[in-house]
Amino acid sequence: MACNSSGCESGSCGREKENGSKAEEEVIGAKKESVCLKCKSNEPMTFGDGGSDDGRFCADCFRSNVYGKFRLAVTSHAMITPSDNVLVAFSGGSSSRVALQFVHELQVKALKNYEASRDRSLPVFGVGVAFVDESAAYPPALSSEMGDAVAWVRSTVLSMYPPEKDLHVVPIESVFGSESVEARGRLVKLLDSVSDETGKEDLLLHLKMLSLQKVASENGYNRLVVGSCTSRLASHVLTATVKGRGYSLSADIQHVDARWKVPVVLPLRDCVWQEITRLCHLDGLKTVELARHPQSGINDLVSSFVSLLQEENPSRECTIVRTAAKLTPFYFNKIPETDDSCVPMATQRRLKKFNLKYDGSMTTEAFCPICNGPLNESDSSDLNTFKGYDSDALFAACCSSCRFQILPQDRSSLEHFGSLLPHHMISQVKHHQKFDSQTYLREKIKDCLLLDDEEAV
Amino acid sequence: MEKGEAKSKKAGGPPPRLCCICNERRPVLKRPKTLQQICRECFYEVFEEEIHQAIVENRLFKSGERVAIGASGGKDSTVLAYVLSELNRRHSYGLDLFLLSIDEGITGYRDDSLETVKRNELQYGLPLQILSYKDLYGWTMDDIVKMIGLKNNCTFCGVFRRQALDRGAALLKVDKLVTGHNADDIAETVLLNILRGDIARLSRCTSITTGEDGPIPRCKPFKYTYEKEIVMYAYFKKLDYFSTECIYSPNAYRGFAREFIKDLERLRPRAILDIIKSGEDFRIATTTKMPEQGTCERCGYISSQKWCKACVLLDGLNRGLPKMGIGRARGGVNGGGDHKKETKAGSTVKSLESKQCGSLDF
Repeated sequence: MACNSSGCESGSCGREKENGSKAEEEVIGAKKESVCLKCKSNEPMTFGDGGSDDGRFCADCFRSNVYGKFRLAVTSHAMITPSDNVLVAFSGGSSSRVALQFVHELQVKALKNYEASRDRSLPVFGVGVAFVDESAAYPPALSSEMGDAVAWVRSTVLSMYPPEKDLHVVPIESVFGSESVEARGRLVKLLDSVSDETGKEDLLLHLKMLSLQKVASENGYNRLVVGSCTSRLASHVLTATVKGRGYSLSADIQHVDARWKVPVVLPLRDCVWQEITRLCHLDGLKTVELARHPQSGINDLVSSFVSLLQEENPSRECTIVRTAAKLTPFYFNKIPETDDSCVPMATQRRLKKFNLKYDGSMTTEAFCPICNGPLNESDSSDLNTFKGYDSDALFAACCSSCRFQILPQDRSSLEHFGSLLPHHMISQVKHHQKFDSQTYLREKIKDCLLLDDEEAV
Repeated sequence: MEKGEAKSKKAGGPPPRLCCICNERRPVLKRPKTLQQICRECFYEVFEEEIHQAIVENRLFKSGERVAIGASGGKDSTVLAYVLSELNRRHSYGLDLFLLSIDEGITGYRDDSLETVKRNELQYGLPLQILSYKDLYGWTMDDIVKMIGLKNNCTFCGVFRRQALDRGAALLKVDKLVTGHNADDIAETVLLNILRGDIARLSRCTSITTGEDGPIPRCKPFKYTYEKEIVMYAYFKKLDYFSTECIYSPNAYRGFAREFIKDLERLRPRAILDIIKSGEDFRIATTTKMPEQGTCERCGYISSQKWCKACVLLDGLNRGLPKMGIGRARGGVNGGGDHKKETKAGSTVKSLESKQCGSLDF
């Protein structure tokens, strides 16, 4: 479900307004009684932000609507269970702020239950926070601004106590295994060797995910919470379509993405941007907006397009994500079942019940080393022409989108580029080189062949 | 700065003195699809060759087939008629080609473009058949717009035209229909279907051939051809075509997608083909693909509901209920239900304008 009906205009996404009369009734009703539509007792909140649904719900009902969607996502997808150790990716923006807040509230509740229960059978899940410092990617680094941001993040996390949460400030150059000046230099060189503006932005996103995965697995976390909301996903649906990534799209927009070592979960997937900003306003949740590198590529064009569509119809984001949700997900779009005895029985049962819905027979083996997108047959069809050179192997292993927008076009630059990539990405290439059966067979019978390869055909 | 431009800028200095392909002649244009700087002759060659490849690789035609070209007089159909008759000759496709034109009854727009098609008939030596909405349905687009205004008029025109083409094709006794839908059109349709939540259409809209199990299969040889290149071809070859936008179109929702794609093409020309590729690659379960196919109870045309969309819309027009058939179907509103009850009750009121369309066999 892309979103709950209460979060969208006219009470339902995509439903046509019936000659405007229904809307009129509601407006009249609101004026007369002025009570919350849900609890019918409190006064409705007005945010005055020109958005839809203004003045329909009271603060409590609004908050419980949004929190309810979060909780439903978490429980129905087994995102966070008592034995888990969860890392929340926090950028300082509204979406991740709300994600962090909700995860904290969930944890507080679990702690309360734990302390109240007699046998203390269900442990409280652990929560950590990760903040990625991207300043090395945009020299000259705005070090003072970043320093302030980090300090603010630290104090925010400290205030979310009890239970205590560890904060990990992750410099993005840590994907190279160190945080030195060399690593920063390598990052800059890597980004500079990408000539396409959009490709550069996307490569940075992939590196960001890699750095989060690294800090998560090195510190014993087994879940990565990302605050992506419906609106963000709607833009992603369109950018993926426009970049020729239609095959892998369904992998990116589900609630769970377990193709990574530390499965990524999206508990705010069903909440729209408007709800999130309103909630931050309502609860006084502070956010920090770092000055961003001016974006002039496709990602930006799509964002403006989606904003334009939203003006024309506020339910459009929901419709876009709902359409994409009808695409078939992959086998890794669910929390993997586990025989781990520390996982409570209830969790195991819930996982099994949920996983029954997915068709486990569809499996893909190959992933693009750069974007980790599942490869379609057509992407890997020309593998046979690439042998010998490492750079050719990299080219062959990537999806067509990364080949075009990220990889350099000529062989020598490609070699150099390959040497700059983080180890984790390159090791994927060696792993997934497809076995060339034709060459292998030919080697075996070469001495008995009378004709040349071309003539034999 | 996207890759193509970055490359030519990196090369530095003045633009290449020779065409990238033949290295003999002076380049006179930058190819919209690839940004290559090439001469006129090479452009004609790559343009025509790519279409030929699309036809051959997708096995669009069989020798001896009678093929009708949907001709509106616009650039796409004019270039299509020109190129198809040329390739038919050059590569001996063995096709019997016809021009089929539909007169929607839009004064000042359609009458002018029909003149163009009549000229094409003489210029390309292809026999022409014209069908009008007035004859088929009893309504012209002018009448329809007078009744319903400028909001959903494109829906009416599109639905009526589709059926009109099929009827015309049946009259001409052709085996196949070709239309001038180009890469930009298909990319727009993919985006529109995502924006509107139509997953079933999304799975079908990138097919180069559709309706193989319907009355007349139709195909789109221009599926990978950029609109800008079609214009360029028509311009350089000095082909005769009618170049005005339909006067009723400005409010169509498709306009959003079209503007976006134009901006996108400026940033990254290959994005148009990438959208089509995405459309082809979307993982859509086969169970969601086809709605059940039946026939319209009123006219016998192919339909997934009791009545085909054209009959539903027509009924709405005739009964003065222009919103019928627009938007999501609710209960018995979609044709069959209500109307059947009325006729059973003995109502003999039938508008003079509604025609029995069952005369042509499907």
